[in-house]
Amino acid sequence: MSEIAIRVQEVSKKYRIGLLQTRNDTLRDVIVSSYNRATRRGNKEQPLNEIWALKDLSFEVNQGQLLGIIGRNGAGKSTLLKILSRVTEPTEGSIDIHGRVGSLLEVGTGFHPELTGRENIFLNGAILGMKKREIAEKFDAIVEFSEVGQFIDTPVKRYSSGMYLRLAFAVAAHLEPEILVVDEVLAVGDAEFQRKCLGKMSDVAQQGRTVLFVSHNMSAILRLTQETIVLEKGKMLMRAPSPQAVDYYLSSGFSQLGERTWAADEIPASSAPFSPVALRVKNAQGKISDSLRSTEPITLEVEYSLSSAVTGLRVGVYLLSTRGELVFTSFDTDEGELYEKYPTRAAGHYISRCTIPADLLNEGRFVLGMNASSFRVKRYFQDEQALTFSVDAAGAPGTQWPEPRLGPIRPRIQWKIDKVKK
Amino acid sequence: MPDLSTIHIRPTRGWAALNLKDLWLYRELVFFLTWRDIKVRYKQAVLGIAWAVLQPLLTMVIFSFIFGNLAKLPSDGIPYPLFSYAAVLPWQLFSSALQRSSVSLVGNANLLTKIYFPRLIIPFSAVMASLVDFGIAFLVMIGLMIYYQVWPTLLMLWVIPLTLFALITALAVSLWLSALNVLYRDVQHMIPFLTQFWMYASPVAYSATLIPTGAWRIIYGLNPMAGVIQGFRWALLGAQPPDILLAASIAIVLILLVTGLFYFRRMEKTFADIV
Repeated sequence: MSEIAIRVQEVSKKYRIGLLQTRNDTLRDVIVSSYNRATRRGNKEQPLNEIWALKDLSFEVNQGQLLGIIGRNGAGKSTLLKILSRVTEPTEGSIDIHGRVGSLLEVGTGFHPELTGRENIFLNGAILGMKKREIAEKFDAIVEFSEVGQFIDTPVKRYSSGMYLRLAFAVAAHLEPEILVVDEVLAVGDAEFQRKCLGKMSDVAQQGRTVLFVSHNMSAILRLTQETIVLEKGKMLMRAPSPQAVDYYLSSGFSQLGERTWAADEIPASSAPFSPVALRVKNAQGKISDSLRSTEPITLEVEYSLSSAVTGLRVGVYLLSTRGELVFTSFDTDEGELYEKYPTRAAGHYISRCTIPADLLNEGRFVLGMNASSFRVKRYFQDEQALTFSVDAAGAPGTQWPEPRLGPIRPRIQWKIDKVKK
Repeated sequence: MPDLSTIHIRPTRGWAALNLKDLWLYRELVFFLTWRDIKVRYKQAVLGIAWAVLQPLLTMVIFSFIFGNLAKLPSDGIPYPLFSYAAVLPWQLFSSALQRSSVSLVGNANLLTKIYFPRLIIPFSAVMASLVDFGIAFLVMIGLMIYYQVWPTLLMLWVIPLTLFALITALAVSLWLSALNVLYRDVQHMIPFLTQFWMYASPVAYSATLIPTGAWRIIYGLNPMAGVIQGFRWALLGAQPPDILLAASIAIVLILLVTGLFYFRRMEKTFADIV
């Protein structure tokens, strides 16, 4: 089984940023800009507004291999999957794919809210490349997997979001291409359903099919894939067995000693008016550090600016273990007092700070992410893995025994021992 | 190992081949997208599919009242309701196909950016979806003919090629417009005016015999829909046969169709990036 399923050779993809930002350009814009260009004759075309989402990427995937792809937002993962699934074309280079490609760039693509579950199974199946006969054969299995049985003849707009996702994934999971390209589908749904999806994915791989799996969920990557590619700025940084790649990605890829700063070109246009400046981890002495003591408080700092006032803004952090488990999520306006004080945050430069109390975290590496959003209105900015830091448990409760304690937290809990009479 | 076909992905430069074979491979998707459009169109409307009948019928009533009763335009000796309905029928087929198809790519942006399939399927199935309304409205035509006791002849069979020609015209124009609409949303604001203008340039509400002979007549005859509408009145009601200029308009539509196909294929690779 060492035949090659996918061969990617020196693939590059160029986007014109100008084109992307003014994408709904109207004729008027075109006329104005071509007039401007004409009057600036002699000036050379500026290549500044071009970015290479992928640059000279080459790799091969064997048949039956489960390959993980990880990288930060904007590293080129999604572009790569889009090229592999032929949604968009590479600017340069070539790809040979042996076999039918099924892509799950988003579950539920093409679902129509007005149609019933049954109708959507057929429609979505056809969109994903299944034949009508094939769908009919798998219909019962799909319904069973999705657990929406009794609502199968109800329009999906009446479904809960969980039911909707289950049905969408069920259709996609029953696709049987030789090569499956998956992007973040597991980032949705409840834990139970995620487990089910992961199980289905490993079944797919055991049937000898090739799977390319993009995820931010490191534990899913570790569970599912043997080998992983780390992308950064459109280039492949490393390809290694998954545990090594994940470790490399989490530790050296983007952490600069307890501080992550954002350069202007790293901030997507869609995040306006919010623009992140820095995320910092500080020790009890107020110094920026990436190795902290569990017995001392840890301060987290988000620095950002707002170019205009934002209503209902909340800026917060996610703390994850390096296995991808979420330890907690917290926002700066969680407390009622601050929530009432900042219904609208005026334009300006801000720092939101919080302190993780001493004696809470266990030893190990942690991943810190951040999010700025207005609840149910807009997510301005999100980076699930902005930086990592490590926690040392020296002096923490229980360290008299040199044994690892499992779990992301190691709180100091008051015990009392009473001798009781029988 | 199953027999694996190999897909080669290369950047295409300049004009792409049409690859109509691909379209055939994806014929089931054409069917499903067409079916979706039809299925969804009258959902959550109390009158539902009755709208397919009401729209042409009400248009006909208005035309009959204004142009037949008030303006007293000639109708070639045919009862005005029948005369105008025979024109509204192919006209609404054409205009709804054109309007739906021209905005179809933008309307299906979520599919374009997520899944690969030959993009031609989208405007194509949008055109096909208009056929169902047409079929239902056609039954009303038969009812009207029975009411006015106009008995069809074998000429009626001409309706089939004429319908096909109206669809191809809609497709040819919307290949251009749908691809352009991805780039310039001006197109979708322009389409209502285009169809309105086109309707007045076609003998929908009046008789083609009102157009004076000469240069105007020639320009008029080159409008493919003028030929189709006249053809409908001729095939169903025995009015004057369409101009010989219909042949010239067929040539124009074919040119528009072929160039439209190539333009569409050329733009296709950028759809996902700019839609």
